[in-house]
Amino acid sequence: MPREFTPKVVTANALIEGDVVYFTAEDTWTRRLSEAEVIAEEDHAQLRLLQAEGQPELVVGAYLADVAAGDNGPEPTHFREDFRRTGPSNYNHGKQAELTNV
Amino acid sequence: MYDYSEFDAAFVAERNKQFRSQVERRIAGALTEDEFKPLRLMNGLYLQLHAYMLRVAIPYGTLGSIQMRKLADIADKWDKGYGHFTTRQNIQYNWPKLSDVPDMLDALAEVQMHAIQTSGNTIRNVTADHFAGAAADEVADPRPVAELIRQWSTDHPEFQFLPRKFKIAVTGSPNDRAVIKAHDIGLQIVEQDGEIGYRVIVGGGLGRTPMIGKVLRDFLPEEDLLPYLEATVSVWNLLGRRDNKYKARIKITVHEHGIDDIRERVERVFQMIRPSFSGIDQKLFAEIKEAFAAPDFREASLAEYETAYKHDPIFRSWVDTNLAEHRAPGYAIVQISLKAHGATPGDASSEQMRVMADLAQKYGHDQLRISHEQNVILPHVHKSDLPVIHAMLKKHGLATANIGLISDIIACPGMDYCALATARSIPIAQEIATRFDELKLEHEVGDLKIKISGCINACGHHHVGHIGILGLDRAGVENYQITLGGDATENARVGDRTGPGFSATEILPAIERIVYAYLDLRSDPTETFAQTYARVGLAPFKVALYQQDKAYAAE
Repeated sequence: MPREFTPKVVTANALIEGDVVYFTAEDTWTRRLSEAEVIAEEDHAQLRLLQAEGQPELVVGAYLADVAAGDNGPEPTHFREDFRRTGPSNYNHGKQAELTNV
Repeated sequence: MYDYSEFDAAFVAERNKQFRSQVERRIAGALTEDEFKPLRLMNGLYLQLHAYMLRVAIPYGTLGSIQMRKLADIADKWDKGYGHFTTRQNIQYNWPKLSDVPDMLDALAEVQMHAIQTSGNTIRNVTADHFAGAAADEVADPRPVAELIRQWSTDHPEFQFLPRKFKIAVTGSPNDRAVIKAHDIGLQIVEQDGEIGYRVIVGGGLGRTPMIGKVLRDFLPEEDLLPYLEATVSVWNLLGRRDNKYKARIKITVHEHGIDDIRERVERVFQMIRPSFSGIDQKLFAEIKEAFAAPDFREASLAEYETAYKHDPIFRSWVDTNLAEHRAPGYAIVQISLKAHGATPGDASSEQMRVMADLAQKYGHDQLRISHEQNVILPHVHKSDLPVIHAMLKKHGLATANIGLISDIIACPGMDYCALATARSIPIAQEIATRFDELKLEHEVGDLKIKISGCINACGHHHVGHIGILGLDRAGVENYQITLGGDATENARVGDRTGPGFSATEILPAIERIVYAYLDLRSDPTETFAQTYARVGLAPFKVALYQQDKAYAAE
């Protein structure tokens, strides 16, 4: 039996800064995971990934990352994605310094 | 210092111009990422977890003040005001913007630096003993030969697409401080019947399959070096496993074919190509050697130094811990710790870089070195200048007296920065250093090297740490495996795995149990951790490490 599909977001790195970004339902890129489009269906996920990959002038290395529903939108299910959401733990650098509530 | 020629400068300028145009085309959409990636990697530019990372080569870890200041300026202008010194004597900038990188490379070229071959399947930055030219135990300065190899290997047409990356390290001393047995090729300068030559070690490496290098040639005459290296790399270039990335390094080739078979093949190619080396390399080598002539060491009174040593306990502790023996009378090698307790190992702020550059210029014959242990060295300091140097270092958070101690930890960037990492390294290093500083125990514990890697690629050299820590992802949770008894010196040895790993919250108490076990087990306070481990083996440490768990299980 095929594995059950789990909710996903499309994520990538911004071409110029390298910041971790997420694809929104409005076809824009956001630095906040909470604003990402949560994809509940596999075919739609593949389509959104293709559309994201079609924007090489904006992003690099798009892929689908697992998320779980939380009080403030999608939450990472793996620690790697949790670090990507905020930034390094040794300095307040990157997105966490520039945005609030990341 | 070695000065590059106009020809070299023109080559770097041309490469930078090409890369500037490649970046422009990538941003304009004329190049895809698949097309661009190999081009940026050829110029040391990675895309990491949160940002790009630019890796700049510091050839054999040697810098002058002008270069250190430029590294500081680059950190301020295009990064976040700091740089990270690595286990391969490079510096990494963690936050460059893609569009700024061409300007950064041009700025580096102003001081004869670049990022070429700091990535990709090429011969990487040649590393050397960080005490080169200064060590009391040195047969010869390894930097001239490292520079010769750098010139031979940079843009070498046959070796731009090797099966995998290739790392060379050189030491000029019998006491190996360059980890030559964990490199693809390690060279040791040796003297035999009054003649200088090289012991050639091949097939060492860490990573997922750690191997200690084997002797390929016990004594290689100086003038045969480049053809012999060329023969070795070309034998591997043909034999190396291009079908499997994990089996592509020369250590696997040597392991699969056996050292005798590899030696035979190398000798055959060597005999064939030897005549094509007409001696131009030796003429160049002679010029390079001249450029690395020792500075004029001076004589001065040691009275001030001796007074400070006698009366200032903080200075005394720093002298006893951070200095190494220099070959010239009245001189010392100063090791500046980039491991302040709780700080990120290997990081230096732009301000700290400028302070170190000033000290080198004023008191250190304008020389600086980066060690593979992620510290900075002033190789030539007259002892009469030590009190003022120490005072200046102290003012800028650079006077931590912990070289070789438990808080002088090698740590790779780990999952705080690296896209390949499976767990974090930096916070573990910070916790261990902070804890043992609180316990005020590290000077009593003495010589103990902890090395931490955030994945099996082992950039943090965990296999050769007295205590090695490897961060892994175990079912979606950070998990840390411990190895004990590794050795990075001429007696290189891969550490023994203790058993099941520990979570991020369990790893610090686990390290404490090992250290307390050592204090109990050592025969007397002069027996180092490595000596105790060699004497008693893994078993008693294993008991100390896991007994607590067993005690709980028995309840």
